[in-house]
Amino acid sequence: MPEKTAATTASTGTETVTTTAAAPDTVLVTKAPKARSLWSDAWHDLRRNPLFLVSAGLIVLLLIVSAFPGLFTSASPRDADLANHYLGQPNWSHFFQPDWFGYDGQGRSIYSRVVYGARASIIVGVGVTALVTILGTLVGMIAGYFGGWVDTILSRITDIFMGIPFLLGALVVLTSFEKRAIWVVILALVFLGWTQIARVARGSVITIKQADYVVAAKALGASTTRILTRHVLPNAVAPIIVVATIALGGYIAAEATLSFLGVGLAEPTVSWGVDVSSGREQLRNAPHVLIIPSVMVSITVLSFLMFGDAVRNALDPKLR
Amino acid sequence: MTIIEETAGVPAPRAGGEASGPLLEVRDLHVEFHTRDGVAKAVNGVNYSVASGETLAVLGESGSGKSVTAQAIMGILDMPPGKIPHGQILFRGQDMLTMSNDERRKIRGRKIAMIFQDALSSLNPVLSVGYQLGEMFRVHQGLSKKEAKAKSIELMDKVKIPAAKARVGDYPHQFSGGMRQRIMIAMALALEPDLIIADEPTTALDVTVQAQVMDLLAELQREYNMGLILITHDLGVVADVADKIAVMYAGRIVETAPVHELYKRPAHPYTRGLLDSIPRLDQKGQELYAIKGLPPNLLKIPTGCAFNPRCPKADDICRTEIPALVPVTEQDGSELPGRGSACHFWKETIHG
Repeated sequence: MPEKTAATTASTGTETVTTTAAAPDTVLVTKAPKARSLWSDAWHDLRRNPLFLVSAGLIVLLLIVSAFPGLFTSASPRDADLANHYLGQPNWSHFFQPDWFGYDGQGRSIYSRVVYGARASIIVGVGVTALVTILGTLVGMIAGYFGGWVDTILSRITDIFMGIPFLLGALVVLTSFEKRAIWVVILALVFLGWTQIARVARGSVITIKQADYVVAAKALGASTTRILTRHVLPNAVAPIIVVATIALGGYIAAEATLSFLGVGLAEPTVSWGVDVSSGREQLRNAPHVLIIPSVMVSITVLSFLMFGDAVRNALDPKLR
Repeated sequence: MTIIEETAGVPAPRAGGEASGPLLEVRDLHVEFHTRDGVAKAVNGVNYSVASGETLAVLGESGSGKSVTAQAIMGILDMPPGKIPHGQILFRGQDMLTMSNDERRKIRGRKIAMIFQDALSSLNPVLSVGYQLGEMFRVHQGLSKKEAKAKSIELMDKVKIPAAKARVGDYPHQFSGGMRQRIMIAMALALEPDLIIADEPTTALDVTVQAQVMDLLAELQREYNMGLILITHDLGVVADVADKIAVMYAGRIVETAPVHELYKRPAHPYTRGLLDSIPRLDQKGQELYAIKGLPPNLLKIPTGCAFNPRCPKADDICRTEIPALVPVTEQDGSELPGRGSACHFWKETIHG
């Protein structure tokens, strides 16, 4: 058998030379500009989009802050000096000083707490998004691709989870934990949040599995795993990524909400939600204690929403 | 290119299998689709066979079951709602319908490959052409990325895509329709299968390109000595390429014949109708013949011969009895090899 193959390919080689010898060089001279894939095309668009540049810049800054908070402030977020008790008002001109944003009710530097609080929000946001995307894509892809009873069962399970009111569900889940470490909050949000991605993934997989190139791949002997990973997933992933980036902001907001309600993160964890919650007590006398962490939450959520929007526009130019 | 060794100038003819029997044989194949409105019988007892190096053209209008038969052979039928109640598909004597999914998958691509009608939608838009071609070698033969790329370029040369080396990284949308179809052909050829099924390979192309693609297909088929099943509704495409023709109507084969015989003397009123509906230069100015009526609803196939409501020769017997595919003979009773007709009045049709 190998001998035969060699023989046929050999003849291929010689014949090719004779048949194409007339044409190729002239064609090569006018070589088309480098082809762009969907992703490099999207990147090409994004680099020129101010919305994307601003939001991406903010997100990068947030990531750096949450990774290395020590670089941005010398004060510890847990140092309480009651001499500062309420309320050193903000000193707007003291950039990056502990008293830049003033002090909270226990005399802790708000600036420092804001810096250290970023980590909790980012970990929750990114962690929940990552897990939700993996879980949702898996469930949605299996349901959409295999269809039939597999789809029926998985879709009903998705519906059941979707039927649970988010806040109520989170309250119930979280109050059943004695100690609410950050991973508990993450798992609670994943538990309630994966359905959205699952639906999106299922929908786009159903569209794609009917595409001729999936049938063609099957006809040329590709295995199910290969079809799913090489043909279905890369084509289905764009809407999933869009939904995931937009949802990321929502998870950060949800963490703040739950912490504010007292069922999310709690002292001594440093988190914006926790600070908003404690700032509420002295809203009249010292509004900045509440407002500054709230603004941080808003800016962060907004950056992720803008980021998601920009990515969506880049991946689907028809939406513009 | 390093893999190639100049061992022999002429390609070794492919072994036609252990036995000299046909490469692929379809026996009494039935396919039905269970829909809300009832059972649509798309294929009702099809028999045909292809040998190595032979081209079988399956001719028929939309809904005649020609593509469904091909899908059943490839095993890419959507199994609900589709169903194969009985029949056999023998590849080198082995029934593919009783094989496990894994065994069938190993035949697909390696032994039997398929070319689809619309090459643009049959190629994955997010992967480069070279990647998709190379995938065949990487997955089935375990070649490295580099070797696979070299092989892809070689294949693209083979199907006469100009500047293959420069275009191997391009995406499907950057190619013209004819070039895309060539890439599909290259993908099907990649593993040098024994049989290629081409499902209306030229329908989506314009006429000048159609001829080029058909020529290429015929040339490659000769070179590799493959069997080829050509599914089409275009009588013009078939004439030059096919060895024998099977005409399908409402899920049955109504006539089989060597290609030129069929054009010369059709033995079924449906075939005759098809041939008469080809516009001809010498009949310029006259009204073009058309087979009256519509193709049958597959949910309610007429009793007797499915063609009877549209047939100019229909008689009472046609409305009650399904005609079997019988061998067609000369007037004096001498045999006409390869010819068959499923018509009660085949004698009148061919000799009348």
